[in-house]
Amino acid sequence: METIVITGLGVISPFGASVEDVWTAVRDGRSGIGLIDEPWAEDLPVQIAGRVHDDLSQWIDRVAQRRLDRGSQLALVAAQQAWRDAGLDQDRPDPQRVAVSVGTGIGGLQTLTDQEQILRKRGPARLSPFTVTALMSNAPAAQVGLQVGAQAAVHAPVSACASGAEAIALGVDQLRLGRADIVVAGGTEATISTFGIGAFASMGALSRRNSEPSAASRPWDRARDGFVMSEGAAILVLETLSSATARGARSYATIAGTGISADGHDMVHPDPAGLGQQQAMHKALVDADLASTDICHVNAHATSTTAGDSIEAQAIAAVLGDSDCVVTSTKSSTGHLLGAAGALETILTVQSLRHRLAPPTINLDDPEPVPINVASSATELPDGQLAALTNSFGFGGHNVCLAVTNQHAN
Amino acid sequence: MTKEEIQTKFVDIVNDVTGLPKEQVQPAKSLTEDLKIDSLSMVEIIYACEDEFEIAIPDDAAKSLTTVQDALDMIEGHLAQSD
Repeated sequence: METIVITGLGVISPFGASVEDVWTAVRDGRSGIGLIDEPWAEDLPVQIAGRVHDDLSQWIDRVAQRRLDRGSQLALVAAQQAWRDAGLDQDRPDPQRVAVSVGTGIGGLQTLTDQEQILRKRGPARLSPFTVTALMSNAPAAQVGLQVGAQAAVHAPVSACASGAEAIALGVDQLRLGRADIVVAGGTEATISTFGIGAFASMGALSRRNSEPSAASRPWDRARDGFVMSEGAAILVLETLSSATARGARSYATIAGTGISADGHDMVHPDPAGLGQQQAMHKALVDADLASTDICHVNAHATSTTAGDSIEAQAIAAVLGDSDCVVTSTKSSTGHLLGAAGALETILTVQSLRHRLAPPTINLDDPEPVPINVASSATELPDGQLAALTNSFGFGGHNVCLAVTNQHAN
Repeated sequence: MTKEEIQTKFVDIVNDVTGLPKEQVQPAKSLTEDLKIDSLSMVEIIYACEDEFEIAIPDDAAKSLTTVQDALDMIEGHLAQSD
């Protein structure tokens, strides 16, 4: 079976439009969460989020800004970075051998609510002719496909907060099946609005720690009270080792295995026994031909919800056993990028292996007793071969685990 | 409103909607053949004209337009009706 390597990385997040910047911020334990200091948030019970502060007009022209949902725009920014980072702007691969797999959790929510306003004020005859192509959930993938000229296929997996990770898993499948040599894969999300925050808040899913934004995302801390919504996009270039070798590309890491499962339990709540989560991790280990003792680091899904963090900790312990594996939740710094989270955390896992450093889980002032080794400060990883897991779970009971190693990294 | 004013405003609208350079939007140019304006962009241009000139343009009227001049004539005709 083909070995799949990562040859390009791209990101836009609350820490800016640079992989180095997000890695440095997470490594140093900074928070990307802030107060939403805008009139539209005044009536919301939740007034904190991790916003992208970059002016997108640096990358997206005026016409495209009007026609594309913000989620698609963010995906294009990250994809352009990843494509160039992989040297593909120079190497110009055969479009028939390039595929795209980019997911989003929700889709073009801002477009939907903007057009709803127009519908109410001016009637259906004034809806933008670009409404459908902006809000559909395959729009970011399709836009990235147009940008890179992908003709093998364009996929847009939708599995809530597991979308970004599932997109990577699907990309790995396509490469292994020989359907493409290069897959541009990842996720994007832009739902920080009255509607987006209001809807998640009404579920009781979001932290209401409005008075201390940077302390709001606190996985495994006893005082946690929900996740913090962030926005952004993260895109990776996945490539067969033979393709990467043939064009002399730099390889960051290997995606050694993928594991997908479904809880079959509840729409919102994870199975308290965590069996689905365990299955996803177990499948990833088997697929990667790794033993549980090989795993030195887990970038957990842990979003800072009361039940979710505990269940995942138990599930990790059940799969990895009594190990000194270093577990961290980078969502403590970045917040939860929903459909982009799995892709961002894969990038951060790659960086952790490259730098042999597990970033800290910040705000862990009063840790809940858990059967795993949570890093509350940056923790060095051992020498030699390294293998890590990154988990992503989504409403609907979607569980995705990716196994990343430093094999073939150069 | 003079013909020149109508043309200036229309050219601004086409530039705003499509990003086409203003100097390319000349009266004799075909909207689809020369300027490559697609059907969805045409819908946006019609919306913008309705707002800018405060006129109502029926759907079938927009479909019958071939050149920039056709659009200018149509706008002028609607403005004359509303005087």
